[in-house]
Amino acid sequence: MVKFDILSHELVPKFFILSKEEVEALRHSYGIRKESLPWIRRSDPVCKTIGARPGDVLKIERSSEVAGRTVVYRYVVPG
Amino acid sequence: MAKRKIDKKKAARPAPKEKPKAKKTATKPKAERPEKIQKAVTKVAKKVAKKKSPVRAEKVKGKKKEAKAEQELKVTALDKLLEAYKEVLPDSLIAQLKEKLSKLELDEGQMKAIIEETHKAYVKALVEPGEAAGTVAAQSVGEPGTQMTLRTFHYAGVRELNVTLGLPRLIEIVDARRIPSTPTMTLRLDDEHKGSLEKAKEVVARIERIAVENVAKSIEYDMVNASFIIEIDEEIAQDKGIEVDFVAKSLEKLKIGKVDVEGNSIIITPETTAPEKIKRLRERILDLRLKGLKGIKRVLIQKEGGEYVLHTDGSNLAAVLLIKGIDPHRIYTNNVSEIADVLGIEAARAAIIKEAFQVLDQQGLDVDVRHVILVADLMTSTGRIRQIGRHGVSGEKSSVLARAAFEVTVKHLLDAASHGEEDALEGVTENVIVGQSIPLGTGIVELFMRFSKEREGA
Repeated sequence: MVKFDILSHELVPKFFILSKEEVEALRHSYGIRKESLPWIRRSDPVCKTIGARPGDVLKIERSSEVAGRTVVYRYVVPG
Repeated sequence: MAKRKIDKKKAARPAPKEKPKAKKTATKPKAERPEKIQKAVTKVAKKVAKKKSPVRAEKVKGKKKEAKAEQELKVTALDKLLEAYKEVLPDSLIAQLKEKLSKLELDEGQMKAIIEETHKAYVKALVEPGEAAGTVAAQSVGEPGTQMTLRTFHYAGVRELNVTLGLPRLIEIVDARRIPSTPTMTLRLDDEHKGSLEKAKEVVARIERIAVENVAKSIEYDMVNASFIIEIDEEIAQDKGIEVDFVAKSLEKLKIGKVDVEGNSIIITPETTAPEKIKRLRERILDLRLKGLKGIKRVLIQKEGGEYVLHTDGSNLAAVLLIKGIDPHRIYTNNVSEIADVLGIEAARAAIIKEAFQVLDQQGLDVDVRHVILVADLMTSTGRIRQIGRHGVSGEKSSVLARAAFEVTVKHLLDAASHGEEDALEGVTENVIVGQSIPLGTGIVELFMRFSKEREGA
């Protein structure tokens, strides 16, 4: 049976794994630690699909009804 | 002593809830009060347009071709101007500016003035650091909640299908129940199937759960022969595409006992004759799934805007995603935790917003989405869905006093006392209790002294 690609579902926004440099730049621009970002679990279906590992930071591009498009970040935690 | 230290550290780490809320909205400026800004845009646009009238007269004289070229030039100039604001203004505002400004006859300087004015209005409308965004959201959702009908079971678009709405549903969403009281799915069909009723029925046959009880006319227990006699309703069975032999075969798999077919009746002779076991067996036979998906109890076909849409009673997202004929990208269920399991936390966040806002909207309550968004963000911030109440967001506050102020006061105070917990007094509630100024608004500012520099200076 073909598995459905959950990333193509209309409720799922776009995900990108940030590189180390990008994470550093992000930390500096917000002045926070990675753990202060909202979290996403490693066991999350999206994390499994894109292969994100604990410690990674994901960039999420949502389409928003008030702002058109918003960018948020989530920190991958074990569990 | 050592234990206490650890406790304090623990308590200090997850910063008080109110602070990050304010920060979050501040760092996410794209979502702020567009109505205000829009007003500002139109106001300025009108002002500038008035001044412009003599130039317009000149333009009318010009040839059509020239006007067209000019128009194109203007659009590119506008694009260039807006490009500079891509980073500071949200996409939706940029799009609005583009649409409105390209209709007006303005020169570059005037366009620039309008865009600058818009930017000013936008920055003014942003939430400031220290603003009690969470409290405002709580009030904005809570007050309309008091006006909702307490018990509204009515029909959401589909006749015959009951969906919980109103306050009970809102509580369900905020409490993050694993299974809603009325789970339902909305299934859109793919291009091949959405056009015709026949094709839609084919899809229904694939998903609708049909048990023995749905096709049986009667079931009796024959005491003399110690066997069940199940009479199959031929008409219904044919309609559902099920044959008597198929039912018999499925029943054999249950391994209850010997299965015989006699015309339209199936006779099962179980090995046991104990009355209480017979009762349980009867339930098992009736509940045996012959066809369809687990959990999908009933499917209704509805025509919506030229295409057939299926509404189901019961929900099974993981299974429905793989069914042929359904557009998997647009499947929707009102079971939020199911969405979290199958599609991830971000999809669940979107679903919470959609569900909660829909409930408020249906009751005619005009609540800004951004309040609902804040609630959803908070519920999903740990990567799992947390309820707002005692077992979730409110119960995980680091401050003892804040927790005790919410629910089950004595338990929290007692536990805190027996564990020797400390309260860092960082949040709003604790400081209100203690009688200090709260860390909100101007109170959020703290002074730090740099001792090293001080010493250098001295």
